[in-house]
Amino acid sequence: MGGASASAGMQGGAGVPRGEIVALESLDLEVRDGEFFGLLGPNGAGKTTTIGILTTRVKPTSGTAVVGGADVASQSVQVRQRIGVVPQRPNPDRSLNAIENLLFHAAYFGIPAATSLPRANQLLDQLGISDKAYAKVDEMSGGQQQRLMIARALIHEPQVIFLDEPTVGLDPQTRLSLWEILRQLHGQGRTIVMTTHYMEEADKLCDRIAIVDRGQLLELDTPEALKERAPGGTLVEMSLSGDASMVVDVVRAVEGVLRVEAQGRTLRVFSDRGGRVISPVIQAAEDNGVSVTNISLTEPSLETLFVARTGRKLD
Amino acid sequence: MTAIAAMPHPVRPSSVFFALLRRDVRVARKELVFFLVRTTMQPLLFVIVFGYLLPKMNFVGRGYQTALLPGILAVSLSLSAIQSVALPMVQDFGWTKEIEDRLLAPVPTRLIAAEKIVAGMIQGVLAAAFVLPIARLVMGPISGFTFSNVGELAAIVVLGSMAFSSLGMWLGTAIAPQQIGLMFSVIIAPMLFFGCAYYPWRGLDAVPVMKYLVLVNPMVYVAEGMRGALTPNVPHMPLAVVGVALVVIAGFFWTLGMRSFYKRAIG
Repeated sequence: MGGASASAGMQGGAGVPRGEIVALESLDLEVRDGEFFGLLGPNGAGKTTTIGILTTRVKPTSGTAVVGGADVASQSVQVRQRIGVVPQRPNPDRSLNAIENLLFHAAYFGIPAATSLPRANQLLDQLGISDKAYAKVDEMSGGQQQRLMIARALIHEPQVIFLDEPTVGLDPQTRLSLWEILRQLHGQGRTIVMTTHYMEEADKLCDRIAIVDRGQLLELDTPEALKERAPGGTLVEMSLSGDASMVVDVVRAVEGVLRVEAQGRTLRVFSDRGGRVISPVIQAAEDNGVSVTNISLTEPSLETLFVARTGRKLD
Repeated sequence: MTAIAAMPHPVRPSSVFFALLRRDVRVARKELVFFLVRTTMQPLLFVIVFGYLLPKMNFVGRGYQTALLPGILAVSLSLSAIQSVALPMVQDFGWTKEIEDRLLAPVPTRLIAAEKIVAGMIQGVLAAAFVLPIARLVMGPISGFTFSNVGELAAIVVLGSMAFSSLGMWLGTAIAPQQIGLMFSVIIAPMLFFGCAYYPWRGLDAVPVMKYLVLVNPMVYVAEGMRGALTPNVPHMPLAVVGVALVVIAGFFWTLGMRSFYKRAIG
């Protein structure tokens, strides 16, 4: 793979209708060689569908998707040879033990046991589950199974690794060690495409992030650039006792308020004075006959950008 | 962009096929006892009641055993071929999704389905081969039983197990997991009882309507084919007719099974 060409990408808005609902409206994106690429979005944003298309498991009804130079629809065999996939929920072959899972997966890629056995042992060791090599999969914890899935995705040394929400359901400690593993893989020059709905995860790991919602690409840039693009100031989100749109005008007049949005009983205030706007905003709201029932503050971040672009929170 | 021709090691589909088969053999070996008990219990119980007890009580004639044994082998072959494919498919696609690691293999998706059908065929043959000596032991000497028609026997076994393994593929990928119990009572049970396994087809001359109705049942051709090959003296359907019917049935279920697997595999 050379130059700045796409090692994974979709053009022309690969669409997948699911019943009447189009899971993926249009998504144009290009992942660069050796890049750690994040797909960030809430549940139902179309992230898993995107991964499904790029890993040849879901057929796009329109548009094209190319991985490592091969088209996912017409050259799916070549695509599969280039990719490793870590699914959202561990799906090991439960009839086999841990190391058999790796050896057979390698065999499905034409790799003889003489080559795959040392590699499997090394991966199990790296991932800290070598003591489980001959354990039944059902005897492994969720985190151990997820590590086994990562080892499986690497056993055939793919060019591109896809991870679909790899840390969902893991305890914080396991999550951190998984981050460390992913950083190492990235350090080895592998291209990684990961979906997540954790802002922090995307922020800490990814070179570039695509923010998607309802099957559409909203933003695409480095975490730093995206954070700069976040609407100025702190996000103060308030739950009100009544319709928030009634107080938008008075709140906008409060000093330090940059922007105000109303959605039902939720009022979102972007402030360049941090939390100091809270008290005058509450006052202004109460003068208009609505009281504040709950307040939350979010510093400028991917989260505030996401809320500003979609009108809802990530989870 | 990487040229596709420049891939490090293009994988031969045959080597993937045999890797998939090795996996199924490994799993089958681990579960051999359960597999044999599950698939051969029913035919063996039949052998005891109809091949031993009833003749002992003089409720059925000695000749009945000659007609029964090929039928029992047909049931063992068919039933285990269906189950060996249908049950794992229902589980893999319905709950555990553990077939995913095979669906990511760099071969056409249909090859993965084909391997599963071949594995089912092997298990069908294995079950029949397991039942035969036990049945012979329970029933005693079977008059007119011969292994001299090896070619015919091989053809019936291959076509019959392929038909039922493919049927298992279709049922396993088309039926919702909750309805698997229904599959046994609505599809498998009538197939067994109206499959001319426990009586020869020519015996239905006594009930002409049934004689023609049962022809839609694929089991009939396996059972009659077994009779034609193993006990040629028992009146049976001509082997040529059986052969043509099994080719058509196997091709039909193969097509249905492949299509249904592909639909489940690629969303």
